[in-house]
Amino acid sequence: MAVYEQLYRRYQGPETPRATRFLVIPRYAYQRLFGSKLWWVLLAASGLTTLVFAVLIYLRHNARALAVFGLTADDLARVIPIDAGFFATFLGIQFFLGFLVVLVAGPTLVSMDLANGGLPLYLARPISRPEYLVGKFAVLGAALSLLTWGFGFLLIALQASLEGAGWVLANARVVTALFAGSWLWILVMSTMTLALSALIRWPLAVRGVLLALFILLPGFGQAVYHGMHQPWGLLLDLETVFETALKGLFGLPLGDAPPLAGTWTVLLGIVAASVVILARKLRAYEVVS
Amino acid sequence: MTDPSRHPAAGGSPPPTEAGSPVVELEGLEVRFGHLRALRGISARLTGNAIGLLGPNGAGKTTLLHTLLGFYRPAAGTARVLGHDVTHHSKQVRALLGYMPEREAFVAGMSGVRFVRLMAELSGLPPEQALERAHEALHYVGLGEARYRPMESYSFGMKQLAKLAQAIVHSPRLLLLDEPTAGLDPPARERMLRLIKEIRDTGEVRLILSSHLLRDVEECCDEVLVLKAGDVAAMTDLAEERRTNRRFLEIETQGGNGSFPEAVRALGCELAATTPTRIKAVLPEGVGIDAFYRLAAEHGVQLRRLAFRRDSLEDIFLEAMEGAPVTETMGPDTGEERTDGGL
Repeated sequence: MAVYEQLYRRYQGPETPRATRFLVIPRYAYQRLFGSKLWWVLLAASGLTTLVFAVLIYLRHNARALAVFGLTADDLARVIPIDAGFFATFLGIQFFLGFLVVLVAGPTLVSMDLANGGLPLYLARPISRPEYLVGKFAVLGAALSLLTWGFGFLLIALQASLEGAGWVLANARVVTALFAGSWLWILVMSTMTLALSALIRWPLAVRGVLLALFILLPGFGQAVYHGMHQPWGLLLDLETVFETALKGLFGLPLGDAPPLAGTWTVLLGIVAASVVILARKLRAYEVVS
Repeated sequence: MTDPSRHPAAGGSPPPTEAGSPVVELEGLEVRFGHLRALRGISARLTGNAIGLLGPNGAGKTTLLHTLLGFYRPAAGTARVLGHDVTHHSKQVRALLGYMPEREAFVAGMSGVRFVRLMAELSGLPPEQALERAHEALHYVGLGEARYRPMESYSFGMKQLAKLAQAIVHSPRLLLLDEPTAGLDPPARERMLRLIKEIRDTGEVRLILSSHLLRDVEECCDEVLVLKAGDVAAMTDLAEERRTNRRFLEIETQGGNGSFPEAVRALGCELAATTPTRIKAVLPEGVGIDAFYRLAAEHGVQLRRLAFRRDSLEDIFLEAMEGAPVTETMGPDTGEERTDGGL
């Protein structure tokens, strides 16, 4: 119909299913994310990292290719064994790149709606607060999944195809740890970023706080640990906390690390606190009693 | 905005509600914010096609709208919108509503058309139809030329129009408009009111207009709920008031021998507050204004003023603000029939 008519008429067309309607939220957020050059740079960096690890797996199984470098498969296996440590290292690098993705995409997700009063418009429609939250979480969840267990499973598939299907069964803990470790990190990072975004409402400040949490707080934690000989000081170092939890999942030796139970308590505590903040802040209108 | 013939087999939004059926039913509705009782157990049954919510700042108008939207949970009582309980069927209720908030509301970093399209998709329109409707809605409200501009660059008036566009894009059955003309300059205000009346007159959507501006409500609404300090101060069928006012005549005369009032009474008119020169008369059916000219000529009386009663809403509002809260008044008259002193 021609727009020049400018008459109000009722819409009588089809409607989308109510159960999946909240997926509109991440779709619009992805369009914004995909418009960011930084996202594509980080995705390329993550893909390149995966490619390097894939090449190492390939070389480990290709004697002729190794011979070009004057190496044998055993030489490579000694230097870079394809084991739990190999995949934990891969995940550690992807976590770093994922953190940069969180800095790019996370702080604007909720704050843009809260800062300009957009949230009541979402919630005045048949979208519940949990659906809104899941929709926003899905943006980071999907992007970070691709970088972590998504690319990680590609490596596992390559390793399994070269080593034989039995490798997966023999290394079920590695596969499980890769998936569970990724999701633990995604859950903590996403909920924490959304909560900070809802609390601070200023993307630049949210980025500052995130950087402080991962740069300044660890420094303070290390000072407490080394200066005051307090082991709980390491629990303030989120990078160490994640690393320890990951080592626990992969079954790697913990070494000089904070207690495993403590790390899990910290991580789940962050998630719980973030959910509480989101439940209080993600309202159409805040009521000051 | 969309030609219905283009979607002959489609489901789409349900048809508009039958005129006269209840739009909002409140029973002892109480909303609390901590110790503050924002709505104090109000009861009302609103059936108008265009319902005005009147009241001074802090009367509870916006709180009532937000409660209908499911933003606030009632501490006691119930509220039903188009037959659905707002507490237990909040999503179903919101699927029927279009909401234009009072405060600034937009999603940053989006053009007008993208913003309205997002809102349409959240209301259940498929992407293609949502885009088409977004274009049409923005054209309809007069933002056609500005629809690709980022919303941050819109003026206040343009943002108000964009809020209206997002509220109507999905064809709601009930439109909630919270102070739609607040802060607008006179031309923008006239434009907003014209759009609201146009939408009302289509009969496709019923609306609730919250305002503290009497003229806005008087122009657009046929039923009014006056709130005061979280309570119902008055409830009036404006359409009936207008019909009644057309029968209520105020006459000012000069000259004659004093027999004119009796002659008017003899026409079958009911007289109120009569003095020899000022008469207030309720016209019976079948008696037109020409009869008064005839009578005046017969009795040698000069008619200095002959006017139908006006400003009923202002009277009602002022009385409601002065008086104690009441549950309901339906007024064909000047207030004598009101039972409990509120109006």
